[in-house]
Amino acid sequence: MMRVASAAPARPGARLSPARRVKNLLMGALILLASALVVAPLILIFVYLLREGLGAMNLAFFTKTPAPEGEAGGGLLNAITGSLLMLAMASVIGVVIGVAGGIFLAEYPRHRLMPTIRMLSDVLAGIPAIVMGLVAYGLIVLHFGFSGLAGALALGFLMIPIVVRTTEEVLKLVPLSVREAGLALGLPQWLVILRIVLPAAAGGIVTGVMLALARVAGEAAPLLFTAFGNNNVNLDPTKPMSALPLEIYRGATSAYDENQRLAKAGALLLITLIFVTSLLARRASRRR
Amino acid sequence: MSEPARSSPVRSRPGAALSSRSDRTFQVLILALASVIGLVFVLSVYQLARESWPALQAFGWHFFTERTWNPVQERFGAVAMIVGTLVTSFAALAISVPLAVASALFVAEYAPRWLANPVGYLIELLAAVPSVVYGLWALFVIAPILGRWQTAYFLNPENVATLTRCNELWAQQQTSLQCFFVPSGAGGRGLALAIIILTVMILPYTASVARDVIRLVPQDQREAMYALGATKWEVISRAILPYARAGILGGVILALGRALGETLAVAMVIGDSQEILKSLWGGASTMASVIANQFGDAQAALHRSSVVTLGLTLFFVSVVVNFAARLIIARLTPKGIQ
Repeated sequence: MMRVASAAPARPGARLSPARRVKNLLMGALILLASALVVAPLILIFVYLLREGLGAMNLAFFTKTPAPEGEAGGGLLNAITGSLLMLAMASVIGVVIGVAGGIFLAEYPRHRLMPTIRMLSDVLAGIPAIVMGLVAYGLIVLHFGFSGLAGALALGFLMIPIVVRTTEEVLKLVPLSVREAGLALGLPQWLVILRIVLPAAAGGIVTGVMLALARVAGEAAPLLFTAFGNNNVNLDPTKPMSALPLEIYRGATSAYDENQRLAKAGALLLITLIFVTSLLARRASRRR
Repeated sequence: MSEPARSSPVRSRPGAALSSRSDRTFQVLILALASVIGLVFVLSVYQLARESWPALQAFGWHFFTERTWNPVQERFGAVAMIVGTLVTSFAALAISVPLAVASALFVAEYAPRWLANPVGYLIELLAAVPSVVYGLWALFVIAPILGRWQTAYFLNPENVATLTRCNELWAQQQTSLQCFFVPSGAGGRGLALAIIILTVMILPYTASVARDVIRLVPQDQREAMYALGATKWEVISRAILPYARAGILGGVILALGRALGETLAVAMVIGDSQEILKSLWGGASTMASVIANQFGDAQAALHRSSVVTLGLTLFFVSVVVNFAARLIIARLTPKGIQ
């Protein structure tokens, strides 16, 4: 990666005019400064949330639902359970469709529908989350009312393209000779895919799913008018459900100190979960 | 890896017909599941188009040229949101691109390995921070700073006089360059804060693509320049950046796609006003922010339909922009960029 370790010209500084040398140093300094500026917000946000949110992370935070407006105490149990439940439902959609899509793109590259599916998957990757919320609203909420299921559908749709892309890539990493060996043993192609190629690529696929989960776990926009939010713990997917990002949004825009405090603690919890998930996923993918 | 192969039902002479039939079944199954991707796309377009229909029928193309967005009078035009979306996105892009490219150069060319990896990691984590968390931080940390500065500005009577003059101009629906920079807003929320937070949010997209393409620049390019006695900056500006330019452009367009569709962080800080480019520090709105702020409250059918029309517009714009980005990245980088 660091192929050029030294900046040294063949004859360092021998005939370097002062103007060139100053410019070189100046640009180097600017690049260093700009990089510090890029990384700074992340550190500032994390430190801010640690300072403001850690104190609020007591037992009640994990075991209670939000207190009535303006009252002290309460927690985000409704949001934690809602997030977990919706993410679980969303991953069913994301994993089944996404992995199948990835298999199709990687294993049937000559199929005449392959370019279309690949293009549509890429297109899907670019659709803003809030628009996906509008779609899920029209598909489910309009007919059945606000529900956790509608929220999970929107999140699941958002997961699909990420899972497709990573699945396709790891399947392509499985050497052709492995497939040929399976076929030579007399296995039909579908068994080769299911029993040899998929297990070999399983680690990478799990990484992709984790990245997709980390990506949609923080989405509040598509949940605003699908899952809608719920002040009580709700485990029924056909009823309105809360989620961490939703509570952060409501709390941050609320006038009450107590809600703001819960929002900051919720943000700290969410960001920590997301960081841990994506770091684990990246570490796993690097070890391969 | 050989384990499942050995345990699987090995036929010494695979019945050709049998295996081809099961293969076909499997292929159909996989294709059926993969087709759901197409179904999602079709359903999305259908759903958005159907719900946009009343508004499009009522306003036609005027929806995109009309400046008024007034739920009370039931007159809806998207100019303010389109302008807001374009201004915030391109301004954020203009600020973030140099920073992102610089950070990519730092990671790929300057930093020693022990520093390059963690910095690269941190930049990728920046992309993992949820939109609402950026919004929360902007509201609680940056907005008060801007707010204090705005208050301080008006401690000077001369500045108050400027504002009075600008208020008259604005009342007549006029804008002037000087008034555009008068810190009129209250509490720090407004166009400027939206641009600041968008800048931070799209940085990692350009940065990671730029880093990847800079690493793809052949080593010979660098060595040839160094052999001629070039300084590091000369190598970067004349050998590396020109070579990586096209790939970086792909990353920039990818970031643009993100910026156009970014919702909650912007909705929380932009002030939700449907004025067109009144002041950099005043309230504004984007297509996404209006959807987030108004869809839930929209009672009237026409209001609701107009909001969905914004979603349809955003859908098409994002699809085109994202597609262009992927096309550029795919065409210009041999392989390895994901």
